[in-house]
Amino acid sequence: MSQINSKITEEIRSKVKALLSAEEIAAFVGFIDGTLPMTARPFTARSPEDADRLVFNSFCVVNPAVYLPPLLKSLEPPRRPTDPLPEGPLPKVGILATGCWSRNISIQLQENQIARERVVVLGTGCRGMVDMRKVGSIIDGREIEKAYELDDRISVSGKGFSEEILLEDVLRDNCLTCICPNPVIMDHRVGGQVPDRRVDNRFPFVDEIESKSLDKRWEWFQNEISSCIRCYACRNVCPLCYCPTCFVDDSRPQWVGKSLDPADTSIFHILRAFHCAGRCTNCGSCETVCPMGINMRVLTSKLTKDVIDLYGTEAGVDSDAPLPLTTYSETDRQDFMV
Amino acid sequence: MSQSWEPKIIAFLCNWCSYPAADLAGVGRMQYPPNVRIVRVPCSSRVSANLILSALKSGADGVLVSGCHPGDCHYISGNLYARRRFALLKNLIEFIGIEPGRVNFFWAAASEGGKIVEVMKTVSASVKELGPAGRMVKRFDVPARSPQQKFA
Ligand code: SF4
Ligand code: SF4
Ligand code: SF4
Ligand code: FES
Repeated sequence: MSQINSKITEEIRSKVKALLSAEEIAAFVGFIDGTLPMTARPFTARSPEDADRLVFNSFCVVNPAVYLPPLLKSLEPPRRPTDPLPEGPLPKVGILATGCWSRNISIQLQENQIARERVVVLGTGCRGMVDMRKVGSIIDGREIEKAYELDDRISVSGKGFSEEILLEDVLRDNCLTCICPNPVIMDHRVGGQVPDRRVDNRFPFVDEIESKSLDKRWEWFQNEISSCIRCYACRNVCPLCYCPTCFVDDSRPQWVGKSLDPADTSIFHILRAFHCAGRCTNCGSCETVCPMGINMRVLTSKLTKDVIDLYGTEAGVDSDAPLPLTTYSETDRQDFMV
Repeated sequence: MSQSWEPKIIAFLCNWCSYPAADLAGVGRMQYPPNVRIVRVPCSSRVSANLILSALKSGADGVLVSGCHPGDCHYISGNLYARRRFALLKNLIEFIGIEPGRVNFFWAAASEGGKIVEVMKTVSASVKELGPAGRMVKRFDVPARSPQQKFA
């Protein structure tokens, strides 16, 4: 067992137990062990007993901030849409937050999706999460029956094999380029601060595509999205996507058709990424949950890179700075215009 | 490509400066290319990425978006917010392989009838050069039913 992560797990359990017993929070969003090896499942703990099931490890690949706005809403007393909020404090929710998760919480705060006084953040430094596909390719896709983590390695075994894999070889690509492994907002700390990672190039994939010719880029894009089955898992899992009706579900006008026509799939991907412009935290949830292994994070990374180049800011890192697309400067570049 | 091919260009013009500029061009009997189909919008910031991509999807060979000059927006700063979005959108669609000349942005004041005609001419010439749009066009679209049909 990883010493670091089991210590964090212990701290989470005792802290959450205390918060839930004292009824300081009504629920806590964290993770429990999944049913398959190397998986962790998002979980809402609502009683002190639930808290004993919480875990933290390198398999927590889904950004739990996605559950925050709907969970807070569900804890409000039922009322009609036009009725005012009831007097007095509303139930609070606790949440576990690493660097990028806390950035998403910070963005939700800035976008008025959640109220700061109703959220209790348990912050932890994060050493990165494991990409199942990378593990799979190392063990040639054999079925893993058992897996456990050590501090810098994971050990996987199955029928006729047992291997120890270095953690840094199987971290997700977004974790390898993470610039913010420690939480930007928190109320309680669990575990220690982790050192900032040395990231020489934050956008290696974007650079690679940018260096191609126009036709090659189009070829790459069409090839990349060709297997998309439009399950919208990448949208559902994203903490930025809280629109009551997403553009993909609009029927009049129908921005994207329901068909698998490449034009529809292309528009879906461009718009989904564009809606995350200046907001994406590179948490990697979208890419992780894609059943078809599509690297759609390249598109949001391209936008992040451009936002840094053009406007010098990045979402969620500094919670006092306005989000890049909710502000402007008179001197913004406009040399792209005719 | 046949000699007679003419591009279809959709222009989203803001109600307060660019549309009046096109109007002024009309009143002043300045000729502009018939390839340009104008859609009047309240402000350049009304022009979402959805609208631009829908135009391309529906077979437009080029798109033009225009609003008031910075500082002149009827809603004070709509065009300044829009400018950031347009810059990012243009970069993104070029990143995925849409030809740079397909989607164009510019500012025009209500008095700039001559300028808007010039821009329309340049854009339609450059789109003509690019040829018919092939990327992003939906090929087998089922024609949408109009609201009237619903009650027929
Ligand atoms: S999760 Fe993958 S397959 Fe599903 S819609 Fe997103 S990109 Fe397409
Ligand atoms: S993709 Fe866009 S419209 Fe859909 S939920 Fe996300 S932000 Fe909203
Ligand atoms: S677009 Fe993907 S990487 Fe960005 S915040 Fe959403 S889920 Fe995370
Ligand atoms: S009203 Fe013309 S750009 Fe806003």
